[in-house]
Amino acid sequence: MGKTVVEKILARASGREAVSAGDVVEPAADLAMSHENAALVINQFLEIHHGTGITPRIWDPSKVAIIFDHRVPAESPKTATNQKKVREFVRKHGITKFHDIRGDLGGICHQVLPENGYVRPGAVVLGTDSHTTSHGALGAFAFGIGATEMASVWTLGVALNVEVPATIKVVVNGRLPDLVGPKDLILHLVGLLTAEGANFRVLEFHGDTIRTMSTSGRLVLCNMSVEAGATSGIVPADEETLRYLREEARVCDQLAPVAPDEGAEYERTVEVDVTALEPMIACPHTVDNVHPIGEVEGRPVHQVVIGSCTNGRLDDLAVAAGIVRGQRVADGVRMLVFPASARIYTQALLKGYLADFVQAGAVVMNPGCGPCLGVHQGALGDGEVALSTTNRNFQGRMGNPSAEVYLCSPAVAAASALTGAITDPRHVLAGGVR
Amino acid sequence: MSAVVLVLGDDVSTDVIYPGRYMATVLPSETPAFAFADLASFNARLRAGGVPPGSVVVAGKNFGCGSSREQAVSTLVGHGLVIVARGFARIFSQNAVNLGLKLVETPGIEAVEGDVLELDGGAVVNQTTARRFRTVPPSAARAAIVEAGGLIPYTRTRLLALRR
Ligand code: SF4
Repeated sequence: MGKTVVEKILARASGREAVSAGDVVEPAADLAMSHENAALVINQFLEIHHGTGITPRIWDPSKVAIIFDHRVPAESPKTATNQKKVREFVRKHGITKFHDIRGDLGGICHQVLPENGYVRPGAVVLGTDSHTTSHGALGAFAFGIGATEMASVWTLGVALNVEVPATIKVVVNGRLPDLVGPKDLILHLVGLLTAEGANFRVLEFHGDTIRTMSTSGRLVLCNMSVEAGATSGIVPADEETLRYLREEARVCDQLAPVAPDEGAEYERTVEVDVTALEPMIACPHTVDNVHPIGEVEGRPVHQVVIGSCTNGRLDDLAVAAGIVRGQRVADGVRMLVFPASARIYTQALLKGYLADFVQAGAVVMNPGCGPCLGVHQGALGDGEVALSTTNRNFQGRMGNPSAEVYLCSPAVAAASALTGAITDPRHVLAGGVR
Repeated sequence: MSAVVLVLGDDVSTDVIYPGRYMATVLPSETPAFAFADLASFNARLRAGGVPPGSVVVAGKNFGCGSSREQAVSTLVGHGLVIVARGFARIFSQNAVNLGLKLVETPGIEAVEGDVLELDGGAVVNQTTARRFRTVPPSAARAAIVEAGGLIPYTRTRLLALRR
């Protein structure tokens, strides 16, 4: 019987001949990632050892990654103290994949991991962050876990009692229209599947559109798979994956891509044709409240946010910079740009995109999670409306439960910053609005 | 028997259960102060000790969607709350199993604030309306962790076995 990619990865990682959806396995972790919440993981890790007489030791410090991104630089003494404790732990336990608050190596975990070649096709990647699903873009099985589960992984090197998820095959065909991209596709899909439609399932992406999509675009799809409830999204590794890993992530060692078997058993298949896809918007306060832009165009916005692990990569910034270049952000609108990593920040600086943003009136922030989760920077005022390229619009997500967040692509965000209202970028470029 | 103290709709996210701005607080002993922080009156009742342990929050589908933050579970554990919902998001429900938060998946649940629920016996009975609702038991993989008292003791047992 044919197997899905995730069934094959989990069989290998669990030392089993074959596994099927519903089986319970103990896969070995190839990469175990945490961010600031490593502070809680450390607490739980010590708790596991408490009273055993066993000295706490990480099973394999070379497989642990810790990236500071959620509150960088620290917004409070409390965060700074947590970060300090984590730094001390990192040193003591010899964790090498550590990315501190730095202008050369820092960034959001879901960008830092792929661009440094930490994620490999066929790997099992666990992260104490729900958007760990992102790393499926490189053909890994990557999923989010809580801090206590991570403490267990640090102790034993395996994830306990993992149920092999069923897989939904998503087949995407057609050429994406100009100024319509991966973000519009995944918003469309989340709307179609609903916020819980893929709960306990994996989304395995196939089709021409995916095969010709860059790794950056695939990261968008897998990143937001969790917004349909999915355990993970995964794009089976192909030539583009190898290109990305060799050329961009500078990986030299051998790679072992995993493809699904002919006749793999999928729970169901969802087919999408993107030929006539419109820019899509997720309206407050759920990510599956998705509408074609025409239905919400003209709605006034107070803050436009471009960045995050979803859409803060170089191609996203290139599109947005191209739209605002030589233009002016509308009065009464704050446009915030936060590149996903220090590497991307430098590339965008060298290509002149950051100058385009700043000269148009945008504020360019340091790489990190910034305004995405509403703890740190870019909070919204009562009753204000944000339009953002991030991945969540839950009530209170940007720090104010009385504010509203709409989600969109970088092109829509940039066009809307110029007009001060939700705007179809195709109208701006055609001179229709301007 | 447990009283329903709060009724919520579908897709209650971890941002509602435990807002991101309190995420610098990580210790299970400290998180309970911020449970449902943006539902100000309910948070005030919790903080004032006006909600006895064992009280029930009733919700719709996909409770706990969103972030993997474990604070969203430890904050509820701290108040001894029980969640009866039509469905739960995966990471949240796994965290609940790991930390010993009682979740009762009840696809058809209907209740309003003040109703009294009977939770034991393989079904939820709303004693106020005299209606009975089917529940979905946790998988065997999860039940094993619950029986061990959570993932910390479960892992500790494995750790001790390794060193023997
Ligand atoms: S950018 Fe936002 S969604 Fe991504 S990891 Fe940071 S907080 Fe989470």
